[in-house]
Amino acid sequence: MIGRELREQFPILNQEINGHPLVYLDSAATSQKPRSVIDAIQAYYEKDNSNVHRGVHTLGSRATDAYEGAREKVARFINAARTEEIVFTRGTTSALNLVASSYGRSVCGEGDEIVITQMEHHSNFIPWQQVAKATGATLKFIPMQEDGTLLLSDVEQTITDRTKIVSIAYASNVLGIVNPVKQIAEIAHRHGAVIVVDGAQSTPHMRIDVQDLDCDFYALSGHKMCGPTGIGALYGKMALLEKMEPIEFGGEMIDFVELYDSTWKDVPARFEAGTPIIAGAVGLGAAIDFLNEVGLDNIHKHEMQLGAYAVERLSEIEGLSIYGPRSERIGLVTFNLDDVHPHDLATVLDAKGIAVRAGHHCCQPLMRWLKVSATARASFYLYNTEADIDRLAEALRETKEYFSDAIG
Amino acid sequence: MQLDDLYRRVIMDHYKKPRNRGTFEDDTVTVDLNNPTCGDRISLQLKLNDGIVEDARFTGEGCSISMSSASMMTEAVKGMTLEQAHELAERFSALVKGEDAAFDEYEDIEALSGVNKFPARIKCATLAWNALRKGIEKPE
Repeated sequence: MIGRELREQFPILNQEINGHPLVYLDSAATSQKPRSVIDAIQAYYEKDNSNVHRGVHTLGSRATDAYEGAREKVARFINAARTEEIVFTRGTTSALNLVASSYGRSVCGEGDEIVITQMEHHSNFIPWQQVAKATGATLKFIPMQEDGTLLLSDVEQTITDRTKIVSIAYASNVLGIVNPVKQIAEIAHRHGAVIVVDGAQSTPHMRIDVQDLDCDFYALSGHKMCGPTGIGALYGKMALLEKMEPIEFGGEMIDFVELYDSTWKDVPARFEAGTPIIAGAVGLGAAIDFLNEVGLDNIHKHEMQLGAYAVERLSEIEGLSIYGPRSERIGLVTFNLDDVHPHDLATVLDAKGIAVRAGHHCCQPLMRWLKVSATARASFYLYNTEADIDRLAEALRETKEYFSDAIG
Repeated sequence: MQLDDLYRRVIMDHYKKPRNRGTFEDDTVTVDLNNPTCGDRISLQLKLNDGIVEDARFTGEGCSISMSSASMMTEAVKGMTLEQAHELAERFSALVKGEDAAFDEYEDIEALSGVNKFPARIKCATLAWNALRKGIEKPE
């Protein structure tokens, strides 16, 4: 069951926007939530809410079980070797910042290298810029082909024995490219570097096996995979996490607190200072159950089909340019239409009930590489259908007409 | 939501044929401003003399609303005193928030009032005007 049949499980999709049935094509920004996730969050607050890891009372145990149960679900979902290798965070951004600020700053020094690409989201870009500036390390970029893809020979050229960290998106939020992270991990390890994988755009859409990828760190966001906002996770190999210092201090994360020094709990608790977003973790757990029920392979196949169909339909429109490779892409299409600015385009599509993203997609360096200031992006998920893409294509034709009349 | 409320012909005319687009070679007050959420950017140059905005030019990149607004603003402020320019900027803010639609003496600018029904686009319209505010507050 996928596409149209799934739609009724997403209450938000059943509405009109500006007099038209909503076509939601912005799931790469955030996905919509199925009824089961919304219900799980509500049920948690109605029945189990309490603080975790401290109450002796029944609700305290239930809340702790729910929170730790969600951690176990995340671990199984990405095939981590141990549940303790999952650190809950606010999302991918804070997961990547944790690796950069803790691990990155401790291992990098003058003359060392951090390797990334120009297609990274700002959240996998700026934290490394900051580490480089603070430690004297050099930030290096794996060159991109004309369509944005990476060649392994270029990866080999860029990573050296001075490289300490390679950090790369599994899937690009703009180009739709899936990067060969397993092969890049192998190259990084051969040079004694660790590999950090930004999984924000891959985890919702394809089966993830962190052990098979052999990545050292993997970051994900709950809200892009049918879960709530405010919850995400950092996976790290236990041996690395155990070496890392916390970057936030306070309740929940301490072992003993003396007047002038303190000690930390074991991993992962030492990285989770303060009361966590318990209901968010519960919601993420429910989202994982939901995705498992639909099946990641089914989701991936469905989105690859939608991506290919969208490229085909949008290519038929004269004056429309698509960025990134034509094939082998995840379910999103980034494009521009003639001289119509993407904000104008998005406003006109919104008037027709179609939600797309317009702007730089938190990828200013990539926009410069593409030599554009902004683009429009349509992104798909398990609830989208070919009919949605037909509506988009038709609306784009009308938009083109509207602006050619208006501009005259 | 009526698209034609937003995209009036005069706006598209300013977008397609922007007035005062370019740069001065000699000394001016230059304000670079961008809209970090969407990537629009403007570089506004003002020739200020004796408390008068003698001339104004701009370059930049952005949507039809931000660029037409810049075009209209540079036309309107030429010859104004700094106080008048500041007051016009204040009135423009009110206009696009839907607070005060009386902009009769500047028909082109009045056309931007439709932005108030498109909350996501108000910041597009105000970019050039925010640059103006910064420019006339700057000491010469």
